[in-house]
Amino acid sequence: MIEAKHISKWFDGAQVLHDVSATFETGKTNLIIGQSGSGKTVLIKCLVGLLTPEEGEILYDGRKFRNLDMSQKRQLRSEIGMLFQGSALFDNETVLGNVMFPLKMFTSMSHAEQLDRAHFCIQRVGLTNADDKYPSEISGGMQKRVAIARAIALNPKYLFCDEPNSGLDPRTSILIDELLSDITHEYNITTIINTHDMNSVLGIGEHIVFINKGRCDWTGNSKSIFRSHSESLNDFVFASELFKEVKKYLEAEYRSKQES
Amino acid sequence: MQFIFRLNCLIILRMIRSYIQSFGRYCIFLSQVFRSPEKWKVFLQQSIFEMNKLGVESIPLVIIISIFIGAVILIQMSINVISPFIPAFSIGLATREVLILEFSCTMMSLILAGKVGSNISSEIGTMRVTEQIDAMEIMGLNSANFIVLPKVVGFVLFMPVLYVLSIFMGLVGGALVSKFTDMLSMEDYILGLQTMFTEWYIWYAIIKTVVFAFIISTVAAFYGYYVKGGSREVGKASTQAVVASSILILLADVILTKLMLQ
Repeated sequence: MIEAKHISKWFDGAQVLHDVSATFETGKTNLIIGQSGSGKTVLIKCLVGLLTPEEGEILYDGRKFRNLDMSQKRQLRSEIGMLFQGSALFDNETVLGNVMFPLKMFTSMSHAEQLDRAHFCIQRVGLTNADDKYPSEISGGMQKRVAIARAIALNPKYLFCDEPNSGLDPRTSILIDELLSDITHEYNITTIINTHDMNSVLGIGEHIVFINKGRCDWTGNSKSIFRSHSESLNDFVFASELFKEVKKYLEAEYRSKQES
Repeated sequence: MQFIFRLNCLIILRMIRSYIQSFGRYCIFLSQVFRSPEKWKVFLQQSIFEMNKLGVESIPLVIIISIFIGAVILIQMSINVISPFIPAFSIGLATREVLILEFSCTMMSLILAGKVGSNISSEIGTMRVTEQIDAMEIMGLNSANFIVLPKVVGFVLFMPVLYVLSIFMGLVGGALVSKFTDMLSMEDYILGLQTMFTEWYIWYAIIKTVVFAFIISTVAAFYGYYVKGGSREVGKASTQAVVASSILILLADVILTKLMLQ
């Protein structure tokens, strides 16, 4: 479990996060949602330790991140996997090289064991015949899969994903969402996904944190999100015509239930 | 008038403060770079790879430039040194000294600052803006050490080889002029090359070359590592890296020459 307690973050005098508190549960797909520029990426970077919040605490299973010394931080980082928005694959490494990279750097496995583990991870994310290809030679969806394979190579306890669906078509987005959800349940990982894709919210949102203008406005899940009375959340959720129609349908259904 | 003077003072003070801050960040960056590698085997492989990429792949450029500059130096010397009191072999001697003392180390370093410096800076800058460096940091890797140290070691170790090659090719360029023109006979040229040779000059230039290689690789890496933004900023950082390393090379040249040749 990861806890964020009263996180505040400033950039050049401008406050980006305002006293954000949230809990991200183990074995669940935790989603951070919000509009572009709401502070989602800053929050996830604070959680993962790439940015240091000016105020507040981040706890990994009760361990305060701020109080960890260098070796403890390194130990913790070996338990973290991260999928970046642009995949962040190493250009000069092949698909296999990218997945083997953390194994090569942080384990004492033999080369054969590293290969076995890397092949297992590549197969787990459903990639075939791509071992020797470079990131520039594969599609965006495949790059995301490679990044997931690299992130799970060291059996992480915590998996962070920054907008895993960005730049992908709806079908591939759903496949990536399902993959992340399956991996989370299979390995009992604390997964935190940063997204503004409503398909992801409805599909895999077991625990959702809504960030609006740097504040945590609402928490819940994919079922309770339609029943929220938060104005800012409703503005976000029902922004598209499709979801406006869904809202009308739900309200009509609710009224008919009340009448009957 | 007083207002303009104060404004200028303020601008200069800000510039000085900015340089001091950059120097401080550069020192902190170097303290991150020069640490024990995570895996020595990987580090050695990377260093050899970088030596090939930054050093061996610069050989064609060094050969071409050195041959032409060696030829031009000899032509210039023979045109300008026309006096019955100066022996002909001194043209060969002067060509050799120019190549050993300044051209093959300083000028070649300035040229390589453009080629190698922009390569290092843009590569690391691209890694930064595409979050590859963040990915390494998340894994718990010292990214500065992992990316930059092999480049510095590879280039610093190979630069003296490029220097020696540059001298040799420069002398070949001079020999070609002497062979195919009537400016200087080959006998006088070879006599000039062999006359009054000071071995220390070679060591002095090798020391300079090593220092210049260190400046090129670390300054370029520094500018690339701290890029913020996108491709425009990466390009800007590459340009800044080349300009800064060129100025530092010239500064170091003056200091080292004063220290070692006086």
